[in-house]
Amino acid sequence: MVGLLIGCAILALFPLFSVFLYVCQQGLPGLHVNFFTSLPKPVGEVGGGMANAVLGSLILITLASLIGIPVGIATGVYLSEYGKTKLSMILRFCTELLAGVPSIIIGIFAYSLFVIPMGRFSSYAGGAALAVIMIPTVARTTEELLKLVPVHIREAGLALGISRWKVTLIIVLRGSLSGIMTGVMLGLARVTGETAPLLFTALGSQYWPRSLDQPIASLPVQIYTYAISPFEEWHQQAWTGALVLVLFVFILNLTTRMILKRHAPAKD
Amino acid sequence: MSGTRDIVITQTILDAKNINAWFGSVHAIRDISLPVEKNTVTAMIGPSGCGKSTFLRCLNRLHEEVAGARVEGQVLLSGEDIYGPGTDPVAIRRKIGMVFQKPNPFPSMSIFNNVAVGLRLAGMGNKALLAETVEKSLKQAALWNEVKDKLKAPGTSLSGGQQQRLCVARALAVNPPVLLMDEPTSALDPISTAKIEELLIELKKEVTVVIVTHNMQQAARISDRTAFFLLGELIEYDDTSRLFTNPRDKRTEDYITGRFG
Repeated sequence: MVGLLIGCAILALFPLFSVFLYVCQQGLPGLHVNFFTSLPKPVGEVGGGMANAVLGSLILITLASLIGIPVGIATGVYLSEYGKTKLSMILRFCTELLAGVPSIIIGIFAYSLFVIPMGRFSSYAGGAALAVIMIPTVARTTEELLKLVPVHIREAGLALGISRWKVTLIIVLRGSLSGIMTGVMLGLARVTGETAPLLFTALGSQYWPRSLDQPIASLPVQIYTYAISPFEEWHQQAWTGALVLVLFVFILNLTTRMILKRHAPAKD
Repeated sequence: MSGTRDIVITQTILDAKNINAWFGSVHAIRDISLPVEKNTVTAMIGPSGCGKSTFLRCLNRLHEEVAGARVEGQVLLSGEDIYGPGTDPVAIRRKIGMVFQKPNPFPSMSIFNNVAVGLRLAGMGNKALLAETVEKSLKQAALWNEVKDKLKAPGTSLSGGQQQRLCVARALAVNPPVLLMDEPTSALDPISTAKIEELLIELKKEVTVVIVTHNMQQAARISDRTAFFLLGELIEYDDTSRLFTNPRDKRTEDYITGRFG
């Protein structure tokens, strides 16, 4: 029986290692400084990189964070601190539903909300789509962590003559900040690799990002574009892009876990 | 309520009048009146579930923070009704401090900030004055010598007994005339308990203390007056020495002699 379980565990881990090894094997040959510093070269020319896509991804993630983190944290605080009303039950249910909505649907949503009215693909639309994907992760982590703060800590604040919202903000929320950062970083890791919602919001571009209301390159979309192209050197670039993406998400996850370990909430 | 008849109270600081309290439909406190004399330690004893903690939480309007909870009656603090119309519970709680059963320093706050936070949020910006008040409060709580070299360490890094004294210092920092304590030593070892008890006897020179305790010996050791609660009612309230040696109510006698509870 135990052997079966170990077998299953190995089976579950197998794809992770094989994907990582294969991406390394295919991507490492193309991993030069150039990859991070230069623009893509036209087909037929040697060299070039995905600097615009790396920068574009960073810009999109920043935009997504600017919307997704505050909204997500505020939602989580509401659910945890004022979470016994009908409204909050509905909100909690919707947050769960939203987490399960396929990301391409969220892309279509952002397309109809931003791209059609603005008349063009843009970083804004891409950032908004990613933010919507981030919100449930951040909101749920925040809610779960705030619920771990014992009631008597809140009461100690109230008993000290501190108003309820200040207790929430200064004692409860600040006390859980390192944990909430974990949720935020997991949310970031999740959206970093999202491709579908960017296809028809941020679109993609071969140039440096110029303005936030213009189409913008991103790593996942660039990988997709290059991988489906018929050119051998583009395939190589796509592999390297994939490696960079995987490493980025790995590092984000590992850092998060390390922070979480260091700031593990004291057992009450 | 026959019990309060003989007590001579010269200066009442906190005067609870006809307090009734509910959790949803459960009537937890039944018409309790209890005057507290200034600069004394008043103990509330009784078996589990008798309502002593609930009553204590009515005295700083903390009871109403529980979902579905309700209070009726008056509590006069120096003559002013804390349940009066337009009275802000936040302002009331600055005047009536509280220490809880479990030591509960604020997580991820230093020792210094744990004591300073109440003052800061009450608007004290003067850093020198803040540091001075923190030191004074920690001294009052008999913790200063143990923590003066590590004020920046997290409050939760202290031992249980130290944490509880930190909570006392935190409550004292905003200079409340009354301090409520809800079984403050029930989670502590005997040595830490003894320290808190010594502290209380010292504290009553400046603060009026109302303490809920499970421990009758503790009530006998530290309090001037004792109130005995049973099933949400105040059975007897008298000078501690008299209540323990010559109780008037049969139920009090049964409880203190260990026949139930």
